[in-house]
Amino acid sequence: MSVYWAIARRSFRRYSTYRIATASGVFTNTIFGFIFCGVFLTLWSAEPGLGGYQAADALTFVWIQQGLLMPIGLFGAATTSELGERVRSGAVAVDLYRPVSLIGWWLSADLGRAGFQLIARGGVPLLVGTLAFDLRFPSGAAQWIAVAAALLLALLVSFGIRYLVALTGFWIVDARGVEYAAIVLSLFFSGMILPLVVFPGALGEVARATPWAATLQVPADVWLGRTAHGAGLALAFQLAWMAALLTAGALLTRLATRKVVIQGG
Amino acid sequence: MGSPQVLAWPAQYWLLIRMWIRSSLAYPTSFVLMTVGFALITGLDFVAVLLMFSHIESFAGFGLAEMALLYATAAMSLGIADLALGEIERVGNRIRSGEVDVWLVRPAGAFVQAAADNFALRRIGKPLQATVVLVGALVHLDLDWTAARVVVLATSMVTGALIFGSIFVLGAAFQFVTNDAAEVANAFTYGGQQLTQYPLAIFGREVVLAVTFVVPLAFVNYYPLLFVLDKPVPLGMPSWIGLLTPLVAAAMTAIAVTAWRAGLRRYRSTGS
Repeated sequence: MSVYWAIARRSFRRYSTYRIATASGVFTNTIFGFIFCGVFLTLWSAEPGLGGYQAADALTFVWIQQGLLMPIGLFGAATTSELGERVRSGAVAVDLYRPVSLIGWWLSADLGRAGFQLIARGGVPLLVGTLAFDLRFPSGAAQWIAVAAALLLALLVSFGIRYLVALTGFWIVDARGVEYAAIVLSLFFSGMILPLVVFPGALGEVARATPWAATLQVPADVWLGRTAHGAGLALAFQLAWMAALLTAGALLTRLATRKVVIQGG
Repeated sequence: MGSPQVLAWPAQYWLLIRMWIRSSLAYPTSFVLMTVGFALITGLDFVAVLLMFSHIESFAGFGLAEMALLYATAAMSLGIADLALGEIERVGNRIRSGEVDVWLVRPAGAFVQAAADNFALRRIGKPLQATVVLVGALVHLDLDWTAARVVVLATSMVTGALIFGSIFVLGAAFQFVTNDAAEVANAFTYGGQQLTQYPLAIFGREVVLAVTFVVPLAFVNYYPLLFVLDKPVPLGMPSWIGLLTPLVAAAMTAIAVTAWRAGLRRYRSTGS
């Protein structure tokens, strides 16, 4: 276990090295936050209570969305893209030699990355948003614990998806098409372009059942206390997707490993 | 570099991007998939507008066709600038890796090489999806298309691309000062597109003033389209303000050129 902890800590430190890059990323997230706030204020003033959200919920959603974009890896994340690159170049053979599991290694690295980015790129925009607008915050210890659990599960679900995408490189020579498709699905079904509560009719039902909903919409709803059937069920929904995706990831790793051996490295 | 064989810069640029185009077309399936993927990723912003209009009839006084026109012109302007010289935002990486030294000794301008470097034809996906939205908007708009309106609409996409292109170059020039801060420019380029997709008046007085007088994003499409759609201009600005767009684009281009030259003069290689 201590080896995974060591990987996560070093990954945390690796991402904390680039201070100016982090600061400029925070600046960009913050600008986007203000733009979305202007758009959502207009939308919710035209249609108060849209999707069960009040204007304050929508504004809070914006800053959660901007804050989670990088930590959760809604556009993809540097760790899993690096894995995809290593699969493509064959360097993954070195990873497979290590006396640790492939998925465990990269999950630890991803947790370290997310930990740093949650503090730097999540915390600062949220702070700015709080100063500029009247945002909603969880009330009471129980809700804060639920939020923490929802964030961790969101990251694990997102990692599960990104890990599967990275592994497709074992079978498809140029997996960049798959990566693009994964980004489109993630942006659309996570609530990144618009909260899923606003999606109309059957489209909304489908969107809210996808694993991508578990990466942004669900943690935001747990934060806002606006889960449709209570926080417990929302967390169970995330847990189910996490279990399915990580199991699939582990199985696919075994298949892929066999393939590497067959090819002789 | 007084050698008579040195080409004029447009020829240099064409020579460089032709090489990258040929390399990207070497794998046609991959190229088509990535172009479609790029068009879809960037087109999701308009899908968000469509989804909003499943609940509302008008967004701050703009109907769906008018919003589509705002979106299309913003995406077209940024898409053209991004296609033509978007790679320039990676100049910080080139400085770190020492490649800028190589640019300086080649018989071609450093700017041309920075802009054409790694030219990605797949980025044409964005102007393409913007064209689709533009055609849709024009079909559904009920407007009397006078010559003035046609000219203002058509030139706005060229001048808009110049304004966004200037911001790309300013961001790149800034990287000669700190080569880690590439993302700051994103706030004004991609963020600028996100902003100009919507009627700017919704963002309030300070924002309208800032994007008129500080970073003139309002001239990308907002002021020209207020003229085309015959809508009132906010904050008591003159109704003909949209007609100043070519002047603003020219000024931005001049500032960007000056900044790039100043940045390049400041360049001292990577040191170690």
